[in-house]
Amino acid sequence: MSPDFSDLNPEAIAQAEAAAVPFWSWFFSPASLFGGVIIGVAASLLYFGNGRIAGISGITGKLFGQCIPFPQHLQESFRAGEWTWRLLFLLGLVSGGIFLIEILPEYSPKDSPASPALLIVAGLLVGVGTRLGWGCTSGHGVCGIGRMSPRSLFSTAIFMAAGFVTVALMRSF
Amino acid sequence: MNHTSPTQSSLFQSQSPLFHLISYLTGLVFAIGLGISGMVDPAKVIGFLDITSLDRWNPALLWVMCGAIGVFGISQIAGRKLAKPLAAPNWNHIPARGASIPIPVIIGNIMFGIGWGLAGYCPGPAFVSLATLSKEPIIFVLSMIVGFLVFEAASQLQVFKRLF
Repeated sequence: MSPDFSDLNPEAIAQAEAAAVPFWSWFFSPASLFGGVIIGVAASLLYFGNGRIAGISGITGKLFGQCIPFPQHLQESFRAGEWTWRLLFLLGLVSGGIFLIEILPEYSPKDSPASPALLIVAGLLVGVGTRLGWGCTSGHGVCGIGRMSPRSLFSTAIFMAAGFVTVALMRSF
Repeated sequence: MNHTSPTQSSLFQSQSPLFHLISYLTGLVFAIGLGISGMVDPAKVIGFLDITSLDRWNPALLWVMCGAIGVFGISQIAGRKLAKPLAAPNWNHIPARGASIPIPVIIGNIMFGIGWGLAGYCPGPAFVSLATLSKEPIIFVLSMIVGFLVFEAASQLQVFKRLF
């Protein structure tokens, strides 16, 4: 005996679909977990391959810092050739972006909703803040916490709290 | 760290080709992980940072942290007996157990958190997003590089030591 579909309207179908989604699905995100695992693999590769911490603000900040005639310690590392691998790491990041756009378009980068003026302010804050704060989401949030560094745990708590407050303030305006 | 002998030392070669290959591959794999995890979607990042309402809060990025910290943490425990890395003569990083956190570092963390919340970009996803050639990541990354250089200039002038 075939089921009777005569009373099904689009609203009823949408309701049935909403009911079929497991209650935890708003909380659990398998793609995010899998992406996180890949990030962990990349950080482990740089650590056990090259003995370096995959801190993106440190690697790129020092790379660009090496382009100017100060400070002394960056000039020494520039003369010692400590910029070629940093440049290749950065090229790897951008190549990964091209890979996402070409091969995995559903995961390709999306544009920020912020206005150009806000992007300039945010970029300056992130540039100075990550270098002054000894790291960003990758160096403190992933590698530092992964190495059980109390300092990184504290720094991550601080910048996440600052992010929560910032978004809450933006919402209220 | 400078392990090159004076005869080898040059602007271009202090590390081996393998070291450079690993650097490139790490950047590539890291970017793919950032993409699949959703970190390259600033609206999603801002949604994660929006805890003003449980309906709006997007917990997805919590799982990114779990996956990344889990894998890196396990690899740290598994590889703690290794004498040296594969492609370098020694480990090169600051010790995990630092004694204190100076005030300027906390100020830096707060500045980073504000910028992250305003734009939804942290440094990694911002560089990855350059591949789209959209104006948003380009404006952000150029400003961030200016920020990097401002930091170097300010530390050269010992601004932070005088301020705090």
